[in-house]
Order: sequence, then structure tokens, then C-alpha cells
Amino acid sequence: MEKKAICLSVNGARYDVTCEPRKLLSDAIREDCRLTGTHVGCEHGVCGACTVLIDGRPTRACLTYAVQAEGAQVTTIEAVAKDGLLSPLQQALHECHGLQCGFCTPGIVMTFEAYLRDNPRPTEAQVRDVLSGNMCRCTGYQNIVRAVLLAAQRMCEDVSYV
Amino acid sequence: MKPAAFSYHRPKSLTEALTLLAQYKLDAKVIAGGQSLVPMMNMRFAQPAHLIDLNVLPQLAGVRRSGDMLEIGAMTRHHELAANPDVRALCPLLACAAATIGHYAIRQRGTLGGSLAHADPAAQLPLVATALDARIEVLGPDGIREITAAEFLVSVMTTALEPEEIIQLVRFPCRRPFEGHAFELFSRRHGDFAIASCAVSVVLAADTFAHIRIGLGGIGDVPLVLDDLAASYAGRQADMSAVAELSAHAAEAIEPQEHREISIAYRRDLVKTLTQRALTRAIRCALQDS
Repeated sequence: MEKKAICLSVNGARYDVTCEPRKLLSDAIREDCRLTGTHVGCEHGVCGACTVLIDGRPTRACLTYAVQAEGAQVTTIEAVAKDGLLSPLQQALHECHGLQCGFCTPGIVMTFEAYLRDNPRPTEAQVRDVLSGNMCRCTGYQNIVRAVLLAAQRMCEDVSYV
Repeated sequence: MKPAAFSYHRPKSLTEALTLLAQYKLDAKVIAGGQSLVPMMNMRFAQPAHLIDLNVLPQLAGVRRSGDMLEIGAMTRHHELAANPDVRALCPLLACAAATIGHYAIRQRGTLGGSLAHADPAAQLPLVATALDARIEVLGPDGIREITAAEFLVSVMTTALEPEEIIQLVRFPCRRPFEGHAFELFSRRHGDFAIASCAVSVVLAADTFAHIRIGLGGIGDVPLVLDDLAASYAGRQADMSAVAELSAHAAEAIEPQEHREISIAYRRDLVKTLTQRALTRAIRCALQDS
């Protein structure tokens, strides 16, 4: 199949990519943009590891073809920490031991960076509902839930995040 | 898991999309949110030669009220159905059901039209559309035609949509005074497809049933609406004994297939419990109007 030349905008940078239409956005981000923070797990939308933001909305990069992302703003885990400073959510995951092997973490961070923006004061039940879309095989979720709630609390208290 | 090769088309108008469909017919597949189609393509259950992407056609998305109907564009995402104030107020059954689809990230992308066209027997939106007798407006080379949800859903993953047609919008009736809605589902893991689900609309006249619609999902090839059974309860007092009796009859009225993991008896039991819960909540919701 003929390759297409497309232009992807990832984390504000432009990437000229030549790929087949069947190339998954997750593969284009990792192989062509060389941004390997986005992890690939199940490749059919179940595990959540490849979650990125497309125009600010959390999206499975494995359920989107790279050609579909042309013209959209893609945000990956690499853009979450600013100037070497972890985001409140990343900091809380670190403090609460919300990760062990870290494979699922980028997808969880991208999901909740968007969710907490839309829902700054979630209940524990709401956090668990959203977290059901991201599989973690190490930490058993308890510390991830604690971390998200701690990050939400800190972001609400700090006016610079409101 | 990588899909088979295909050609990608991004039409700039509905007319261009229809032209592409007319050209490629069964070799083409329309992609909306892609949350069911892309997994099927990645696993190579589906191998369309041409993919026609509707994601850049904003005219296909949106919610507007038209008289006593709510018109919802086919490309409206599940999260919008769940959060839109008009949908929540005028068609709460749709909003509640949409909030239970898959997971948060899936709901950001999945669409109303895509879910109907996919026609999974366990999916939420085909059930809600059938239970509320929604009308599906379809655009094809000969213009627009309107189909009821029951006519549209033919069998498992099979619809009345012709290869050259696109779903344009869906019309849901707005909630009437003293009408209550409720949606219930059961799945083993949060976000999985439902083993059984129940969508209920109840209209009360004082404390009696004026009108009942009970839709069941996950039971057969298409969503099932228990019209005859529900009609026999019109005029009955809407109390707990009527709810219990009706739920038990609903469980007897279905003919689920034996499944190696889910026995017929278990599915009947689920239907009884879910129907009872949904009816109870719908009655409570209808009473809030009085």
C-alpha cells in the first residue's frame, strides 16, 4: 500500500511522517516521532497504556490511525512535566507509590490530567470509575487512587492550577 | 496486532463522503469514533480496502431540540450524550446509558451513529434507541429516509443501512410530564459489555401506570422490547408488588440462548433483578414531577 506524507503536531512540535494509512498513532508516536513514553499494551483499546490527548481529549492512540491525527494537536506524557518539574499528578504518584514497573503510568497520567481539568473535585468512586479504563498489573490501584485524590486536592488549593 | 492495508479518505463534505461510498460500496467502511471498528481491524476481523473518515465533518455532531423530539447528530460522542444539559433533562435514559459505555477515554471518541451502525447486541445505545422508539435518519444517493430503531437493527452486527448510506442523525422523543427513565446493566468487570441490560420508560397517571416501555439488551440478536407484557399493566397501581410481578414476568418472557459461561437461568435471574431496579427508579423519577 502506498505511503502517505503526513504532518503530525505532537507536544507543539511538527513531525513530518511518511507512513502507510494503517499505521497506528501509537506506533507513529514511538517510531517516527521517537517519543517512547507512550506505551503499547494490548493494541485493541482495553489496557489504556497508550492513552494520549488529541485536542485535549484522552484517546487511545492504538485505536486511532496516524493519518487521522493530521491537523490535530497531540499531547503525550513527554509534555506533562514542565522544565523538569513534575506535574502535581506525577508528584502525587511518586509520593504515594502509585507505580512500580511504570508501564501503565503514562496512560494513567494522560487520562487524569484531562479528567482533573474537567472534574477538579472528584469523589473516590469517580476516580475508580475512570481508572477502570487503565490496567495496572503491579500496584493494585489503591495507591493510584490515593495519588489522584491527593493531586486533585493540591490542585484545588493552589490557585495557579485553577 | 496491526490492521491489513487500506486506503484512507477524508471527505470534506457529506456529498464527497456519499460519492466515495457510491464508488467503493462494500469495499469501503465508514469510520466514526472507531472504538469498535479499529479493534476489529487491528485483529483483522474487518479488512476494509477503503476507510472513509467522518471525523472532520462537524455538521454531523450536535444536539438540538425540534418540537417534542431531540435531534442528535450521528457523530455526537458518548461523553457529550452523557454531559449535555439538554440530553440529561429531555432524554435522561440516553444520558445515563451513555455514561456507562466502555471507559472514560473510549467515551471521548465513540459516537452515537457508530454504535448504532455497529449494532452489537450487548451495546447500550441500540437498546436505548429501540426502547424509546427513536428514528434514525439516513442519507443516501437518493436522499434522506427515516427508519425506526427496531427496523434499523436487523440482527447481530447487521443493520438496514445500505452500503451507500450514512447515518445523519437520530431523533429521540423528549421526556413527557410524569415520565421517568432508568437504565441498569450488569457486567462482570466495570466497562465490559453487559451480560444483560434494561432500559425503562414509565409514564404515570396519578399513581397508576399510563405507559410502560421495557427494553432488554444482551438477551437476543437485537434489543428486545416487551410491549405486550407492558401494555397489560396499563392502569395498574404503580407499587412494589406490580414491579415485582412485572419483573418476574419479564424474566419468563425472554428466550436467552445457552452460553458456556452464562446459563439461561442466570440470565433470567439478572433480567428479573435489573428490570425490578430499573422500574423502581423510573417510577421514583416520574413521581418527582408530581
